[in-house]
Amino acid sequence: MGAVLKIENLSKSFLLHQQAGARIEVFEGLNAEVEAGEAVAVTGPSGRGKSSLLKLVYGAYRASSGAIHVFSDGAWTDVVTAPPRGVIGLRRNVIGYVTQFLRVIPRVPAEMVVAEPLTDRGMAPEQALARARMLLERLNIPQRLWHLSPMTFSGGEQQRVNIARGFAAHFPILLLDEPTASLDAGNRNRVLELVAEARAEGSAILAVFHDEQERRGACSRSIELG
Amino acid sequence: MSPLLAAETLGKFYGARVGCRDVSFDLWPGEVLAIVGESGSGKTTLLRCLSGHIPASSGKVRYRTRDGRMVALDEMSEAERRMLMRTDWGFVHQDARDGLRMGVSAGANVGERMMAVGERHYGRIRAAAVDWLRRVEISEDRIDDSPWSYSGGMRQRLQIARNLVTSPRLVFMDEPTGGLDVSVQARLLDLIRGLVRRLDLAAVVVTHDLAVARLLSSRMMVMQQGQVIEQGLTDQILEDPQAPYTQLLVSSVLQV
Repeated sequence: MGAVLKIENLSKSFLLHQQAGARIEVFEGLNAEVEAGEAVAVTGPSGRGKSSLLKLVYGAYRASSGAIHVFSDGAWTDVVTAPPRGVIGLRRNVIGYVTQFLRVIPRVPAEMVVAEPLTDRGMAPEQALARARMLLERLNIPQRLWHLSPMTFSGGEQQRVNIARGFAAHFPILLLDEPTASLDAGNRNRVLELVAEARAEGSAILAVFHDEQERRGACSRSIELG
Repeated sequence: MSPLLAAETLGKFYGARVGCRDVSFDLWPGEVLAIVGESGSGKTTLLRCLSGHIPASSGKVRYRTRDGRMVALDEMSEAERRMLMRTDWGFVHQDARDGLRMGVSAGANVGERMMAVGERHYGRIRAAAVDWLRRVEISEDRIDDSPWSYSGGMRQRLQIARNLVTSPRLVFMDEPTGGLDVSVQARLLDLIRGLVRRLDLAAVVVTHDLAVARLLSSRMMVMQQGQVIEQGLTDQILEDPQAPYTQLLVSSVLQV
């Protein structure tokens, strides 16, 4: 299978106007490719831009220079220069992003939070909810919590709700930012299973794993930053 | 396909004073655009130009009508523009008293918009009013009460029901949660967010509250002294702001 993500000569720096114009160089001239069905780990010491790289690919950070080409529907799109509407479309159908942090929306039940990426694509609510509940079950969220807003959930429960949301829809490109951090062994294995399944279904995965053993288990090669 | 709304180098001047200038953007169906900036930055002036409440001094606002034509607001007849405002567009004011008719009942406030587009059947009007009050979480037994007897949060929800009953495609909102208690705000925001997503509405929301922008919008425009200094995806602007003023704005908030 061919590459579906091509990062070309990518540079990122932050210019902090409020802090005397300090400039933070994150990385420069980065090149990388990820193929469908391949999982690539992003490695390197803290502060070298592992998370920043994922955010750049997702379009949440703006590149200082370079290109991020994403393949979908037979065409390449550059996330760096795509208009907002284009990036929104990519996020709905092409690029998934899983972090450990849930953005809680008041009053929206956990199962709806998880089902939303599917209903956003036009799936019927009942079908989307069925998949959401299956994922919540796999991630050991007790059934009595499914109808409640995750607002009052523990940190670990919120994290698992967010992971369920991240894996609800199939994405050709999947970005994982320490999805297993601070989970217990059982839940960690569940997440690693989901990663393996997504990969088997053809997702190209770019992942940050803190734990070396997990990284080796989930990914076949790595990109070293710094 | 063309956008639902297109602003082209829009400007509003009061003599030498600039209300807003050189504003251009496209808005597509289902998109929510937040306009943020401090008071006096021109965001409300811009909203009023976009929604046809005040004439622009320069530039154009074009709207795609239901029959697919892109029509410039200033080239429409007064009657056409009024019809547009009553049917295809909604406008939610910060102060619900500006958007409601305070002298008539809650139900009449909702029914009136339907009558404006030709509905005459009392039973259907009543049923739609009940349905919309329910959707904005106002119980049916308050339908005949005057909006004067409503709390601030309820009035705001009633104003939203009045706007949405005609199934508009585009809603303008001016500080929709301004002046409400925080707990009331959260409920209203969640309601607006749900309705916008379910009905696939496009919206332009003016707010000075970045948390409101984050919750409701997919795109954002930052204004300062009448000009758009930065625009992009909402999470881009909030997580990786580029302009000095946007960085100041974002860093001044404890957490968004």
